[in-house]
Amino acid sequence: MTDTGQVATAPAPKRGIIDTLELDVRLLGMLVAFAAIALVFTIWTGGTFVSPRNVFNISVQAVPVAIMACGMVFVIVARQIDLSVGSMLAMCSAVMAMSQATWLPSLMGLEYGSPVILVVTILLGFAVGTGMGAITGWLVGYQRIPSFIVTLGGLFVWRNINWYTTNGQSVSLTDPHLLMFGGTEGVLGAPVSMVLGVAASVAAVAGLLSARRNKQSHGFIVKPAWAEGVMMAMVVGAIMLFVTWLSRYPVPEAKLKRLFEARGEVMPEGFSAMHGLPISVIILIVVAVGMTITARKTRLGRYIFAMGGNPDAAELSGINTRALTVKIFALMGFLCGLAALVAQARLQSHGNDIGMLEELRVIAAAVIGGTALAGGVGTIYGAVLGALIMQSLQSGMAMVGVDTPFQNVVVGLVLIIAVWVDIIYRKRMGLTK
Amino acid sequence: MSNTPHTPLVEMRDISISFGGIKAVDHVTVDLCPGEVVGLLGHNGAGKSTLIKCLSGAYKADSGQILINGEKVDINSPRDARALNIETIYQTLALADNLDAASNLFLGRELVNAFGFVDESKMEAETRKIMARLNPNFRKFNVPVSALSGGQRQSVAIARAVYFNARILIMDEPTAALGPHETQMVAELIQELKAQGLGIFLIEHDIHNVMKLCDRACVMKNGQLVGTVKVDAVTDDDLLGMIIMGKKPAKAA
Repeated sequence: MTDTGQVATAPAPKRGIIDTLELDVRLLGMLVAFAAIALVFTIWTGGTFVSPRNVFNISVQAVPVAIMACGMVFVIVARQIDLSVGSMLAMCSAVMAMSQATWLPSLMGLEYGSPVILVVTILLGFAVGTGMGAITGWLVGYQRIPSFIVTLGGLFVWRNINWYTTNGQSVSLTDPHLLMFGGTEGVLGAPVSMVLGVAASVAAVAGLLSARRNKQSHGFIVKPAWAEGVMMAMVVGAIMLFVTWLSRYPVPEAKLKRLFEARGEVMPEGFSAMHGLPISVIILIVVAVGMTITARKTRLGRYIFAMGGNPDAAELSGINTRALTVKIFALMGFLCGLAALVAQARLQSHGNDIGMLEELRVIAAAVIGGTALAGGVGTIYGAVLGALIMQSLQSGMAMVGVDTPFQNVVVGLVLIIAVWVDIIYRKRMGLTK
Repeated sequence: MSNTPHTPLVEMRDISISFGGIKAVDHVTVDLCPGEVVGLLGHNGAGKSTLIKCLSGAYKADSGQILINGEKVDINSPRDARALNIETIYQTLALADNLDAASNLFLGRELVNAFGFVDESKMEAETRKIMARLNPNFRKFNVPVSALSGGQRQSVAIARAVYFNARILIMDEPTAALGPHETQMVAELIQELKAQGLGIFLIEHDIHNVMKLCDRACVMKNGQLVGTVKVDAVTDDDLLGMIIMGKKPAKAA
């Protein structure tokens, strides 16, 4: 009965290096594509493309789309679609902008810049996002209206309630606490960033080791120690390279002087400071790790994948697929609220067109990242990488002087080509039925 | 109907369910005892699957009662049925093709660790144990079940039902997609489970399988129960007559 001895006899014939490392081929393909894009633009721009400053900017610009793409993975995996994320972002942003600039200061009599305003504003934005998502989920899950229709309608509805909320005017945002979420105004500095980088590396190694030990304790074959070592070295190397690189981006001297003056001090001669990790990127990392854990290690995540694989089987297994649909869309809405916070802080204002066409970028990021529109398949890290690839392409093209219309043409073509290549790959590997 | 001395494990009394004016199941009463295999026969659309879905929780009967061990129960969802140790192997197998065997086996009932996180390694280890018993040749633990053969998929579906200590097992044409060797395996498994005291409802088209595996057979036609007979007391032709003509053989009880 307890026939675990059998496991050891399972055939393990000649395996290639990729198999031995247990690397996801699709992930590898994306990394190669990403590296190729970076290489081409680095040569083209004479090295400016990979300068710490540009890497910092690309990272910061990619955050809102990447955050929403994490939620979109769950939506698409569950065989749904959400076309309203750009409008939901705008709606959350409008509510947050109005609440901090007008409603809370005037109605509640709160003083400008009070931390209470910011906290209430953020909670309100998250609540509005989650609420909008839950409404979508209820219409899709309980009323059985196709999500394409519900969210296409939502695209118009939320975009224009946003318009009505702000009367179509831009709202300028100046609260320094808010701007911290945007990027350049909220960085951790080199020392803290390095400490975080080391901590993340230790956590990653510990995670890999504990997974290995858990597998061994049940008598499964694990990859050879050297392969595990190579994996760890690659992960740690990537983390430390990223952190070190951003820690080499200096804060402009004029800005440092202003900061000292604001505190009534004089900047010492020769003082310098580095940007390090932006808070918005930390937020993205927390979201991505949290969503990955949800996908792989929680019942909620498993049910989402099961529902995408076979909705009937999920239902017959006792999973409440209707309530699950509400949760998926509510989570998507919440992430739109979070993305709205980062987006408006980076732009330092709420504009009527904030998040316009963002739904297409978000869906493209998820799909480039390997999420299958047929449902059941997708990864969070893929979607984040997809967002980074698109942002790198766009940023690189802007640097070498490609006009905006052509930038968008290229992004559109890349989406189609990414899916095309994937289909060819799957056919060759005999993965399609 | 049954002369066995036990309280029946399952009694479905006077069950009716209709869809849009069509009576799919029309006042049907069946029962099942521990250690007994009851075959459900009839044409496609006779109402066998619909009747049994009222027991597995996929449908809710419009009227009628379900008794488990003589006690009236309410089954409103597959979850309720599972809580009563009723396990179902659907004809479609109800597997999520994109997930591996362990994920399917534990779908809806994942093993979690102290922190509430799904314990994949433990689930895989448990899956290996039960598969070693049911289908010792099974090796494909780390691939999506879409990559498995019909027989392998069937063994995953059966493992799912058996692992959770079912008392009542519903099998909807378990051998329909299988080769002779695998069919024999399922037949042996049914005998083994029967010996362990499970009650099994077997929906089956193949008369020979019914004669071989079942103790009693309930025949349905157009949503109504034609009759329930002891398999030993009738011939193949009697059963065919019931299925095709809806005629109960005179000599059978």
